[in-house]
Amino acid sequence: MASKTFRGGVHLNYHKELTNQKPLINVDASDVVIIPLKMHIGQEASPIVKKGDRVLVGQKIGDTSAFVGVPVHSSVSGEVQKIDTTLLPNGLRGLAVFIKNDGQYELDPSIKPKASLEELSSREIVDIVREAGIVGLGGATFPTHVKLCVPEGKDVDYLLVNGAECEPYLTCDHRIMLERTDELFYGIEAAARACGAEHIKICIEDNKKDCIELLAKRCGPNCEVVALETKYPQGGEKQLIKAVLNREVPSGTLPYEVGVVVINVGTAVAIAEAIQKGMPLVKRAVSVTGDIVNNPGNFIVPIGTTMDKLLDIVGGTKEPIGRIIYGGPMMGTSIHETDEPVVKGTSGILVLGRNESPLIGEPDPCIRCARCVDHCPMHLMPNMLERLVSKEELDKAKKMGLNDCIECGCCSYVCPSKRHLVQWIRVGKMELIARKKREDQKIASKAIETA
Amino acid sequence: MAEDLLIIASSPHIRAKDTVQSIMYSVAIALLPAVAAGVYFFGWYALAIVLVSIGSAVAAEVVWQKLRGQALRVSDGSAIVTGLLLAMNLPPTAPLWMAALGSAVAIIIGKQVYGGLGANPFNPALVGRVFLTASFPMLMTKWALPAGYDAIASATPLAVMKAGGTVPLTNLFFGSIPGCLGETSALALLIGGIYLLIKGHIDYRIVTGIFGSVVVLSLLMGLDPVAQLLAGGLMLGALFMATDMVTSPVTPKGRWVFGIGVGLLVMLIRNGAGMPEGVSFSILLMNAAVPLINRTTRPRIYGR
Ligand code: SF4
Ligand code: SF4
Repeated sequence: MASKTFRGGVHLNYHKELTNQKPLINVDASDVVIIPLKMHIGQEASPIVKKGDRVLVGQKIGDTSAFVGVPVHSSVSGEVQKIDTTLLPNGLRGLAVFIKNDGQYELDPSIKPKASLEELSSREIVDIVREAGIVGLGGATFPTHVKLCVPEGKDVDYLLVNGAECEPYLTCDHRIMLERTDELFYGIEAAARACGAEHIKICIEDNKKDCIELLAKRCGPNCEVVALETKYPQGGEKQLIKAVLNREVPSGTLPYEVGVVVINVGTAVAIAEAIQKGMPLVKRAVSVTGDIVNNPGNFIVPIGTTMDKLLDIVGGTKEPIGRIIYGGPMMGTSIHETDEPVVKGTSGILVLGRNESPLIGEPDPCIRCARCVDHCPMHLMPNMLERLVSKEELDKAKKMGLNDCIECGCCSYVCPSKRHLVQWIRVGKMELIARKKREDQKIASKAIETA
Repeated sequence: MAEDLLIIASSPHIRAKDTVQSIMYSVAIALLPAVAAGVYFFGWYALAIVLVSIGSAVAAEVVWQKLRGQALRVSDGSAIVTGLLLAMNLPPTAPLWMAALGSAVAIIIGKQVYGGLGANPFNPALVGRVFLTASFPMLMTKWALPAGYDAIASATPLAVMKAGGTVPLTNLFFGSIPGCLGETSALALLIGGIYLLIKGHIDYRIVTGIFGSVVVLSLLMGLDPVAQLLAGGLMLGALFMATDMVTSPVTPKGRWVFGIGVGLLVMLIRNGAGMPEGVSFSILLMNAAVPLINRTTRPRIYGR
C-alpha cells in the first residue's frame, strides 16, 4: 500500500545514516547540572529547594499549581549550588537549579512502582503523568497530562503515536522504537486508557522500515502501524492527523476537537517509566550528530547535562563549528554557548560546520515563484504574510492565517530568493501577542480607574 | 575571536540549493535548443540577433541601476533571460538595431520602472515585442523562409491556415516554417520546456491549462488541434512566456485559471479577431488579471 501523506511539505536530505544504526547509550551527567524551571509550554515552576540542600535522583525540585505546567525533578544526587537565571535553548533567560553532581545517583525514596495499569483509573494515570513532569518529547514540550485530560463532552476515538521523526539528522525516536519496544507499548496502552481512545495508530515514516516491521508484529487488535511518506513536516501534529485520518484540526483548536490525541514515541516510553518504575522524566534520548562530528550517536542523557560534556563524549568535531542546534535543522534553535543544558525538549544536538550553514545576508526580491505557497503544509501564502508583517499590517496578516503557521520553515527553505519568510512570520506572531498584552493591561487599568 | 563564535540564527538552518540566479540560468539553458534551431533554419544572422538582444538587455539594466544608484544585480541572470526571450520573438530578418531597442524597452519600460526584479506586472519581453510591433509593423512581420525550404510561400503557417490552406505537421514540429526566430521548432521548445518542468522551474498547471484549453476549443471549432498547438508562438508562449514566475499567479488554482485563460484568449483572437496570431496579447491580458486572480483563488487554509 502506498504510504500516506498530506499536501505540501518538502523532501530533504535526511543524513539519518549518521546515527540510525547507533544504539542508545546511557551517559553520565555533567559535574554540574543546570535544570531550568521552565522546560515546557505553560507556567514556569517555582523552586522548592534552596541553596545547600541535598537532592536525590527523581526528587521534585520545582512545581507549579497551574494546570498547564509541570513539576521539575533532579536528574542527579548532590548539593544545590544556586538558583539562578540561565540562558535557555530558546534564547530567553529563565530560572534554573544548579546542582553539583556527587556521582552517586542515589534514588529518592519516593521512586516506587505505581499500581498495575488495570488498577489505575484514567484520572490516576493523568495525575501520575503530571507528577512525573512529562511533556511532549518530540520537541514541542506541551504538558502531556493536558493532552490526555480530554475535556468533558469531547470524545476521543484515536490515539496517534508519532514516530514520524521527520526532521533530518535525528534518529533517537527511531532507536527508541527499536530498543524500547516493551515500554513503548506499555506507555501507549496507558495513554489510550487515560484519554479513552479505542483505536491506536502508530505512525512511522517509510524511511524506517525496520521499525514498521517490528512494531506491526507487536500490535494488538485495536492497534495498527501506518507507513507515512518520508516528507517534512510529516510529524507535525496537524499534518499527521490529516495524513492518517483525513481529519483537519479546526484553526485555533487542539486535536481532541476532532477526536484525536497525538503523543510522541519517546513520551509514551516516559509514561511507562513513570508507572512501571515511578521514575519521573529526568533523562531523555538525544541524537548528537552532524557530518563534522567525530563519533555521532544516540544517548540517554540526564536532563541538565551541559552540552560540552556531550561534545566530549562524541569526540569533538573534525572542523570548526558553525552552529550548534538544539533539535533538527528545520525547527531547532541555535545556541550561544556550549555550557547550555539538555532540556526536556532536546531531541537532538546537531553540529553544523561553517560551510553547511552559512549566514544568509540580504535576500533577493521575491520573484513570485510560488514555491513557498506550494510547499506550505498549512496552505498559507507565506510571501503575503511576510509582506504584511513587514508593513505592520497585522490585522490583515491575521486574517490570512498568521496564527495558523506552524513555523515549520518549509517556506524559507524553498525560497530561491532566500527570503526570511518564517522569521518574519514569527516576528508578526510575537507582535500580536505583545499587542494583546498591552490591550489587556489597558482594560485592567481602566477597570481599576472606574472602580 | 570571531571565528570561534557560534552562529546564531532563526530556523530553518538549511536552505534549498535553488537561487534566483540558478533558476534564471536554467531557463536560459532551456532556450538553447530553440536558439540552435533558429540558427539552423535561419542562419548565423539569427545568432547575431540573439547576442545583440541579450547584450542590450544587460547593458540597459546596468545603466539603469548605475543611474539610479542601485546595487548592480545583473548577475541574477534575469536580464539575460529577457533579452533571450525578446530575440525569440523577433522575425529572423529583424535589423540588429531593432533587437537592441526592443530589449532596452523590455528592461526599462517592462521591468525597471516598476521597481525591478519581481515587481513588474507584465512579461518584459512581451512588452518589448508589443512595442516593436506597434512601432515597426512592417519590420516585425517580414518573415524569412528557412534556408533550403521552399514548401510554403512567405506567409506564416497560421496565416496559411486562416486562409484555408494546410501546412504539413512535420514541418511545424521540426521547424521548417517561416515565423519568429524562436517559434520555428516546436521540438526544440519542447525539449527545453520538459527540462524546466522536471526541474520545477515552470508550472505544469499553466502549461496544461493552455494546451488543454487550446485542444478542447480546437475540437469544438472543428480545427486540427495538433496544428493549433504547434503553429505560431503558442509553444514558445506557453512554455516560456506565460510561465514567467513574476507575472503569473502564485496560487495553485490561480495558475489553472491563468493557463486556461491564455488558451481561451489565444483561440478567440486567432479565430475571431482579424489577426492570425494572438499569443502575446493573450498573455499580456492575463498578466493584467493576475492580481485579481491571486485575490480570488487563495488556497483554503488548513483547518478553516
Ligand atoms: S508559513 Fe508557516 S506553516 Fe507555512 S511553510 Fe512557512 S513556516 Fe511552515
Ligand atoms: S518562495 Fe520566495 S521568491 Fe518564491 S514566491 Fe515565495 S517569497 Fe517569493
